[in-house]
This record gives sequence, structure tokens and C-alpha cells, in this order.
Amino acid sequence: MNKLLGGVAAAALMTTAAQAEISDGKVKIGILNDQSGVYADFGGTGSVEAARMAVEDFGGTVLDMPIEIVSADHQNKADIASNIARQWYDTEQVDAVMELTTSSVALAVQALSQEKKKINLVTGAATTDLTGEQCSPYGFHWAYDTHALAVGTGGALVEQGGDSWFFLTADYAFGYSLEENTANIVKERGGSVAGAVKHPLATNDFSSFLLQAQSSGAKVIGLANAGMDTQNAIKQAAEFGITQGGQKMAALLFTLAEVHGLGLQTAQGLTLTESFYWDRTDESREFGNRYKERTGAMPNMIQAGTYSGVLHYLKAIEAAGTDETEAVAAKMHELPVSDLFAENGKVAPNGRMISDVYLMQVKTPEDSTGEWDYYDVLATIPGDDAYMDPAASGCPLVE
Amino acid sequence: MTMVFGIPIQALLGQLLVGLINGSFYALLSLGLAVIFGLLRVINFAHGAQYMLGAFVALLALKWAGVPYWAALVVAPLVVGGLSALIERTMLSRLYQLDHLYGLLFTFGLALAVEGGFRWYFGASGQPYSPPAALNGGVNLGFMFLPIYRGWVVVFSLIICLAVWALIEKTQLGAKLRAATENPTLVQSFGINVPLLLTMTYALGAGLAAIAGVLAAPIYQVSPLMGSNIIIVVFAVVVVGGMGSIMGAIVTGYMLGVAEGLTKVFYPEASNIVIFVIMAIVLILRPAGLFGKEA
Repeated sequence: MNKLLGGVAAAALMTTAAQAEISDGKVKIGILNDQSGVYADFGGTGSVEAARMAVEDFGGTVLDMPIEIVSADHQNKADIASNIARQWYDTEQVDAVMELTTSSVALAVQALSQEKKKINLVTGAATTDLTGEQCSPYGFHWAYDTHALAVGTGGALVEQGGDSWFFLTADYAFGYSLEENTANIVKERGGSVAGAVKHPLATNDFSSFLLQAQSSGAKVIGLANAGMDTQNAIKQAAEFGITQGGQKMAALLFTLAEVHGLGLQTAQGLTLTESFYWDRTDESREFGNRYKERTGAMPNMIQAGTYSGVLHYLKAIEAAGTDETEAVAAKMHELPVSDLFAENGKVAPNGRMISDVYLMQVKTPEDSTGEWDYYDVLATIPGDDAYMDPAASGCPLVE
Repeated sequence: MTMVFGIPIQALLGQLLVGLINGSFYALLSLGLAVIFGLLRVINFAHGAQYMLGAFVALLALKWAGVPYWAALVVAPLVVGGLSALIERTMLSRLYQLDHLYGLLFTFGLALAVEGGFRWYFGASGQPYSPPAALNGGVNLGFMFLPIYRGWVVVFSLIICLAVWALIEKTQLGAKLRAATENPTLVQSFGINVPLLLTMTYALGAGLAAIAGVLAAPIYQVSPLMGSNIIIVVFAVVVVGGMGSIMGAIVTGYMLGVAEGLTKVFYPEASNIVIFVIMAIVLILRPAGLFGKEA
């Protein structure tokens, strides 16, 4: 009896393999992110364009089947995002959902994807929970996380003598996580934390908080916030003479898009961490220029990361010979990541894609030679140092 | 060091001043709202968009035509006031006979459309606008470093507020306006062009928002979302001050700015709701607002 069943199963397997199984005759990838709110420039439609470029660079088809990119705006609301993802999975034959800016959204969609047994790949959210306690066998986290940002910016500044910190922290999960991660690194490297103040999300005026940071006497003011909050804080710090007074501003999550928005005059001298800079290698320059032709801006690590994620997913389908979730996820874990975004990337068992991150300093207007010439790369931080050891991540999938 | 409630007096003085600076914006914006509501009975939800437009006019005028900050302080209110007058004449004025709710819905929809359009075209990140060279730098007051530009904002907005109050409460034109609100038919029969008066009033309110926008441009990022962030707070200011009370709006604007500043020291997490808590308390104790007359 057992033999017979085995034979039937083997025959079934052979027929599926012979058809080079792609469900519904196409591979459909959904890019779900904030396209109209505070993070619209952080990932936004730029990520959608980057995903399209990945499809084109891959050749437009995988296993002779067409590839389609769909996108939607989740307005930074976890419930809206879950509804869209559910609809995509249930009725629109979407095979994988990617980008997922905002940590609350990413966690919600990752849980849903695991339940539906679909692949999700996060590039736009920061929380380490995605590859920690809430990790998923079909969930992947690309580009950056709060741990890498903390090691990059926090670690580097302590080494440069910035050993006492005061935090301005956005009053929600992401801010706490970023502050906690950075504070740990600072203390680990021999520094101290003088204090912290929590500000509401989307605060217009930071002057009160900045005065408190100023009077704390800390050498570094760490901004554990994002987007417009960080921009306003930096702008107003310059106004209140904080940097002239010798205190350093550290933007813990700041990308090329926000530097562009702020302008070099205000942003100069800032240290920050990104996992991608367009003007670093020949490949990244070539990609950056192509991307700029289509969108009018240079890509940041979220957008370039989305390109890399989509490409890796398609390579995994090709290697697996099917778009079946279990097989593709296995291939995604197994294949090395080698493209213009990451030269020596690898995917850890908890879904974390580990690649180098870079410590950058924003150039002065005098040093900048062109419109998007913004960064000096100060240091390369090897992926294994930047990201949390998978074994210590708390993810149950890591043996 | 002298301490007040566990906070050094220096820090407290600094926060009071910062509160006063923010209060200047609240006062200017709520003044415009109060003028429009008091005289037109329109709840102008487009006020945040008009504030944002003011900042954008300054930014774009500088970028495209090299118009400096000082000229922008005049140009922006004229442009925004002119556009708003056009909208009042062609659309808003048709809603005066209907329930107040229609004016509210119209201006709200208008604000969404304008902000959405700007976000689509300019992106959400915002753009920088440098303060004029004459107002760069700051002075050390001993207890805090006061950026000169912020000091200018307080002085200038105070002058504008008092001028508008005097215009409406103390001049012939203001008297006509107030009369036209009380009894438009009677005033019209005296040969006064009431619709024109109302259009001018709406343009004045919008122009005030635009001035606030220009003043804000060097401090905050000029962004399509800057207005929607502040408008709700400003409505609360008007409600606390008393709907339609000109002086009430001004005084309350400064007061609530200071209250918010102090909250940021004692309990920062509550700083964005303290104004609404005050609003709730005032509504319970004095439903017409602090300076409002019982209807």
C-alpha cells in the first residue's frame, strides 16, 4: 500500500515538474507602500518603478511566463494594508507582496502572508521583529533594520568621541526600537545616555525638545524618528545654534531622499547609515542614472533594495522551476544575493538578508560637484557586524 | 540654580519664549479663521491649505523669479487672497443661504484637492527655504539662544494681529463690515456693496493665512502637508477663544502656544493633546468660549 501511494505521489510530482509549474500562467508581484503620506518620498512610487526595472532587467518573463507588477497605497495603516494584501492573495492571484514601508504594516502583512502561505519581502520597514520573534518561513527583510542603523551610526559616533547621547524619539514602536537598539550599542561601546524625550509623530516644532537636548550637555543628539520629523528637527537644530555649540546631530534613519529635501546647506556634516549609495560602484551608477531618467530622482536604499528583492525572487523562481511558495522560499534562502545592491549578500534562516552597510557623511555644498552628489562614504560595515546574529534574534526558525 | 517644579528657571524661561513663538502662528491663523467665521459664518477648512499656499508662493517666487523674502511677505498674501476671492465669488458665495455645513464641506473638499495636487506635483518631503540674511543668526539671552528670525516672527505677527483687530473694531470700514453681518439687507439699502465686502473679508482671512505661511517657510520644511498638520489645532484655538471673537482668537492663540510649550517640558507625550484637553474643559464650563458672547 505504502509503495503504491509513493508511486502515485512520484508520478504526480513528475507531471508538475514537467509543466514547469507557474500558477495562473503568470507571476504577479504586489508593491504595497505609502504613496501619498509622510513616507511617500522614502519609498513610494519610486519603489514601484524600481520593481518594474528589476522585471525588465530580468527579461520580462520567468520560465516563459509573463511577470506583472501591481501596486497600492496603504496610507501607513495596518488594517488598510492587510485588506489590500488579502484581496491580492485571494482574488487577484498575487504571488508575493513587497516593500511594506512602516513597521506596523510590515508586521501585519507578514503575519497574513504566513497564514496564506505566500512570500513577503520587506524593504521599507525597520523593525527587527520581522526577523525576530515574529519571523516567518516565507518572510524576508532586505535593505536595513533598526539594528544595522544603530550599529552604523551609533557605533561610529562613539568611536569618534561622541560618548554621551540624548535621544529625541518618535512616540511609537519604531522610535522606541531605534532608540533602544542605539542606546544598547552606545553603552556597549563605552558611552552613556544622558536622557531622552518622546515627541508625538508628525511634530511641527521641535524647539522645546531641542532646548532640553541642548541643556542636557550630551555630545550627540540622536534622532530616533523618520521622514519629516527628522528633517524639521535638523533644520531647527541649526537655527537654535545647537551644532555651532559643539553638539552633534545623528539622524538614525535618514536617506538620500530626505537629504535632497533638506538641502546640503542644512544637512551638511550629518552622519547617517544606508545600505546603498548610487555613486559607489560602476553598477550602482549605471542603475542610478537609469532610475533617475525614469523618476527624476536618484534611488535610496529602499528603492534600490526593492529592485534587488524583486530580482532575487525571480531568480529563485527560475532556480526552483516553479512559483510554489515552499520551493521558492527555500531557493531564496539558499541562493547568494549578488547584484548592484549587494555584492556579497546572503539570506539568514530568519529571513534577514545580510549585506554590507555604509556609514556616510553628508557633503558640504562646496564639496558637492553635482545635483545628487551628497555623500562621502566614511566606512563600510560588514553585514555580519551590522545585523543581529540570527541565532540571537529570537526567531524560532533558527536552530 | 533656582528651580520651579524641579525644572531650572532658565529652561522654563526658554520654554515660555518658545511657546510664545508657536503661539504667534496660532494667533495669526486663528485670527484669519475668526474673521471669516465672524463675518461670513463660514467654517473655513481651507485655511490650512491657504497657509501652505502662502509658503509655496514664497518658495516658488524665489525659485522662479528671484523674489526675496521681504517681497514675498507682500506678494504671497496678495496672490493667495486674490485666488481665494475668485473662489469665494464663483463658488463659496452660492452657499451662504444654505446650512453652515455646506460651507464647511466645500472648503474641506477644496483643501483636500489642493493639498493632494501639491503632493502629487512636489512630493511629500518638503523643500527648504532660507531665512533672509538680515535675520540670520541669533542672540544669547543668557537663558537661551534666541534665533533672530523667531524673534521677528513674534514681533511681526503681533503687529499684524493688532492691525487687523483695529481695522475691524475701530475703523469705518470695519463698522460697515460688522453691520453687513448683522443685517445685510439694511446695509445694502444704504448703498453699500455687501457682496464685495464679504469677498474682501474672505480674501483678508486667506491673506492672513498666507502671511503665516511665509513666516513659517524658513522654520519648517515647505511641504504640501504643513497646513493639515496645524489646522486642527488652530480650530481648537478658535473654539477656546470663542467662535467669531477677534480679540479672543489672538489672545487664545498666544496663551495656548505657551500652554503647549510648558507641556513639552513637564509631560512631552501629551503635548499634542493638551490643547484639546483645554478645549474640552472650556466647552464644559463656558460653551461660548473664553471671549465669546452667549448666542
